[in-house]
Amino acid sequence: MTALLKVDQVDTFIDQFHILQNVSFDVQPGEVTVLLGRNGAGKTTTLRTIMGLNSAKSGSVMYKGEEITKLPAYQIARKGIGYVPEDQGIFGDLTVGENMRVAMQKEDDATKERMEWVLNLFPDLKTFWNKAGGQLSGGQKQMLSIARAYLNENELLLIDEPSKGLAPIIVEKVMDSIQQMKEKTTIVLVEQNFYMASQIGDTFYILDDGTTVHSGSMDELKTNEELKKKYLGIA
Amino acid sequence: MKQLNKMQLSTWVYLLISVLLAVVPFVYDNLSMLFLIVQIFIFGIFAMSYDLLLGYTGIVSFGHAMFFGVGAYGVSIVLERSEEPTMAVVILGTIIALGIAAVISFIAGILTLRLKSHFYAMLTLALAGLFLAAAEKMRDLTGGSDGLLFTVPEFFKDRTNLYLLCLSSLVVIFFLLRRVTNSPLGRVLVAIRENEQRTMSLGYKIFPYKLIISVISGVVAAFAGVLYAISIRFIDTTVFAVDVTLDALLMTIIGGVGTLIGPVIGAGLIEYAHHFLSSELADVHWIFERWVILFGTVYILAVIFFPKGIVGSIQGFVNKRKIKKQEQFDKKQSEKDELAG
Repeated sequence: MTALLKVDQVDTFIDQFHILQNVSFDVQPGEVTVLLGRNGAGKTTTLRTIMGLNSAKSGSVMYKGEEITKLPAYQIARKGIGYVPEDQGIFGDLTVGENMRVAMQKEDDATKERMEWVLNLFPDLKTFWNKAGGQLSGGQKQMLSIARAYLNENELLLIDEPSKGLAPIIVEKVMDSIQQMKEKTTIVLVEQNFYMASQIGDTFYILDDGTTVHSGSMDELKTNEELKKKYLGIA
Repeated sequence: MKQLNKMQLSTWVYLLISVLLAVVPFVYDNLSMLFLIVQIFIFGIFAMSYDLLLGYTGIVSFGHAMFFGVGAYGVSIVLERSEEPTMAVVILGTIIALGIAAVISFIAGILTLRLKSHFYAMLTLALAGLFLAAAEKMRDLTGGSDGLLFTVPEFFKDRTNLYLLCLSSLVVIFFLLRRVTNSPLGRVLVAIRENEQRTMSLGYKIFPYKLIISVISGVVAAFAGVLYAISIRFIDTTVFAVDVTLDALLMTIIGGVGTLIGPVIGAGLIEYAHHFLSSELADVHWIFERWVILFGTVYILAVIFFPKGIVGSIQGFVNKRKIKKQEQFDKKQSEKDELAG
């Protein structure tokens, strides 16, 4: 099967720091690919590099067979890649409704349908439609951030640590929503919570010190205690 | 729906205030006070143009006076060269001034808006300095530091006419800019102000948005300059001074950044305080004559204690109360549900 996204030997620097060193992985359509690794392993930088928010010094990022490595972020987004950043990226002074509308690249029937679907998935967003984004709880912000990324006809969603800082009950809800989105789109998920990641992931890549060190199916990783202990600190 | 009603209500309130202000020259004929209010209207327009940049897009400019000065000089030069200034000459001068301001803001935007904010601020300061130096050197055109004295059509010599013209300009520009800030363009601008990278990753190319707002802001500032020149019938190079930009910054910050109406209130306070301190209280103590020192203190206090300005603080207070009420309502509702369950 042709990979939807192919990251090939990517090196990324932030100032003088060499963050990503020869990172390579493939994302197959319809799958949830999970990037795992300890703090500072380079997971967030990998997503930001794909999105064009950090520029790769060498290597290539191919999306649907097209080189997107040097494209600016807005062009990458228009090609159908949605991004849910670690800090959720909510516009605090805009209402929930305005946050949603500003994210809509088109106002066609398909987008309206997706809007309806996503509002059914996260009914809280409907309830707080006129509330300022900055006044939402952490969980609501996360839901809004995911909803925004889903609004457009994105074939690929990059989701960075959706469970971070959330109460367990909210985490379950967020993960459940990602599970439902999985039916409709391909996802690259960065997640520290291995239990959650293992529930929805199909394949995994482990990053360590900015390099991809292991990959395989999530079922394999679930049973590989040594790997989990060595790279994820899970006993 | 609720949002729409809130907006309609505020529109009616603003229109009512405008009508009340329109009556003022017919019931109060203190010329110096009317002149002061005209200045407040003009600087209100100027401060709103600054708010478009600072409040809605997060762009800090230290050279906004450049557009104010271009507008003021544009119309002044046309009027000064006209043997018999008519309304047509004023309109022509205004169109020329606004056209030049649009071109300059477009070019300045292309040259500077790609830079990071602090570089942009410094470059705009340098550009305004360049215009100040040019105005001083091009004596044949601008009169240099002696300035230009000119006459205006009879219509503008009537204080009531001038008052009503400036008031209606303020009202029309306020509603037009409010339309812009409440449009999809306005939402993208707020998004850019809050997080440029995030806005880009939603598929927006940032630069054209910044450029559009920079041109609109420049043209509105130039229009304020046009009104300023017509109101005092004299112009000199001080219109390009950095103080003019700092006044707009102060008006915007004290009134409330990103609120449009805030800068108008800020303009009222600053202009009135300026007038009151330098004329009424100057005899009481010399410190009041140095009103800049007092304004500096006010500025520091405003930034520390009221970073959202007057309107922003009021809005914040109202929002907090709303949230508290909502939370109390939610709590009661869940208690009821629990009891029912």
